Amino acid sequence: MDFLPYNTRVVLLGVTLLGACAGVIGCFAVLRRRALVGDALSHSTLPGVAAAFLLAGGKHFSLMLLGAFVSGLLAIGALALLRRWTRIKEDAGIAIVLSTFFGAGVVLASVIQQSQESGQSGWDAFIFGKSAGIVWDDVQLIAILVAVTLVIVALCYKEFLLITFDPEFAKVQGWPARQLDFALMLLLLVAVVVGLPAVGVLLMAAMLIIPAAAARLWTQRLAAMLFLSAGIGVLAGVVGTFLSDRASVPLGPSIIFVAAFLFAFSLLLAPRRGLIARWIARRRDREALLAHGGELPP
Amino acid sequence: MNSLQTPTAIAESATKHATKVPILDVHDVTVAYQRKPVLWHVDLTLTEPTLLGIIGPNGAGKSTLIKAILGLVPLVSGSVHMFGQPVSQERRRVGYVPQRESVDWDFPVSVLDVVLMGTYGHLGWFRRPGAAEKAWARQCLDMVGLGELESRQIGQLSGGQQQRTFLARALAQQADIYLMDEPFAGVDAATERAIFALLVKLREQGKTVLVVHHDLRTVASYFDRVALLNVRLVAAGPTRQAFTEDNLRKTYGGRLAVLDTLSQAVEAQERTR
Repeated sequence: MDFLPYNTRVVLLGVTLLGACAGVIGCFAVLRRRALVGDALSHSTLPGVAAAFLLAGGKHFSLMLLGAFVSGLLAIGALALLRRWTRIKEDAGIAIVLSTFFGAGVVLASVIQQSQESGQSGWDAFIFGKSAGIVWDDVQLIAILVAVTLVIVALCYKEFLLITFDPEFAKVQGWPARQLDFALMLLLLVAVVVGLPAVGVLLMAAMLIIPAAAARLWTQRLAAMLFLSAGIGVLAGVVGTFLSDRASVPLGPSIIFVAAFLFAFSLLLAPRRGLIARWIARRRDREALLAHGGELPP
Repeated sequence: MNSLQTPTAIAESATKHATKVPILDVHDVTVAYQRKPVLWHVDLTLTEPTLLGIIGPNGAGKSTLIKAILGLVPLVSGSVHMFGQPVSQERRRVGYVPQRESVDWDFPVSVLDVVLMGTYGHLGWFRRPGAAEKAWARQCLDMVGLGELESRQIGQLSGGQQQRTFLARALAQQADIYLMDEPFAGVDAATERAIFALLVKLREQGKTVLVVHHDLRTVASYFDRVALLNVRLVAAGPTRQAFTEDNLRKTYGGRLAVLDTLSQAVEAQERTR
């Protein structure tokens, strides 16, 4: 990797970490039908990022991540309150939280822009994602967060599998279902926060959802899906970084573009669940049916 | 099985004959969803190992009764005890077969993975199922006749096979009391016979099985006891005494469509006597 400039290597390490983390946590979110919650969480981090920027009076990486985390926590609380105390449907609740928090974030952002003369202060990296903003110290922090997340998933694999597949059965067995569910939600938030500097609040949800959805097409086992999804996340991150470098487009959209390409590729070519495989299977079934005079052999 | 019981459980069964601690004691249970009562002052006590059918029309609260017993829905009033303890203390002695529609069958797990979930309660935190658990889960799969299909993804099973997968998972729990929500729903006749044979075997092993059941024609031949439910408990007791035309009428009300089925059901019972 020596042929790469130091900065690019740092960025590559960062996107590798975030790709793996988002890939793994995204699987649980997608299987738990929380894809939209992931989107709401990532948009809701904006006011926290902006507030941290205002408080610190400039770009302060770890403080901005902390701000993102706190405002994501508030969003989780707001979602829980809406579910518990109102009869608003879940999708409407998610939309309300997402747009309210994002709106607040944009308001704070315009305050920053007015006070900072121009958009060069660096806080806007968190909206679309920027490779230039990421330095070695940032990657160290990201590495710690990702390591903790992955260790927790490895430890609680069995518990997370159960709570995602059949929460009611988990309760019957005496598992603290609500707490486990909350833990998964927190990990989802950590995965979002970790990805913000590279991918940005607008597109971070895609980084959670697309690799997981693509991985699901290739396998019928959760463990394999976790590894595949992490791999697709890493690949999208690495290739996206190169693309962003060459074509000088923002890092976030570039990574998501590669992820979307990998998803389309999987959707077409995956065995069994891919479109082509399913088309062939349907044709074969039809021919077999016709050949046997309307009665399929057992 | 007995080796898994805690010392207190063994002490309990020793004193059982003296004090007769009920296996299940549902006392004055009321459950409401948004101020509409779903269960109203339900009392139900089982002291002997029993195969109990829970019967009633749609919306009678049959599933809710099972969920109330399991502590899955909040009680407005009343209490549920198993073996003299609150249910939260006896989790490891309870097996559960939920309705088939309660999970996403497209989930990326195999049949064996699902059955292994039955062993999670005994495993406790962080420990993964090992060779012993896998062997036991395979045994449970054999008991329901799905041994060949252990590595299938669960979405590739027929409805009856999915039902049996849930049953095998409950068996893997090694429970003393099983609660099953419509285990016969949408299964073919052969599967129904196989499941019923298994329930009988469980009862013979001294287990208690509560089954939400829909088909009135088979009630008399399947269950030792019945609970006729329509928000209130209309009648409960040995099938011969409680499963009468009069009680069925009280349970199902004046719904003409079912009255025919009712008289057929009672006739069928007369014949088995």
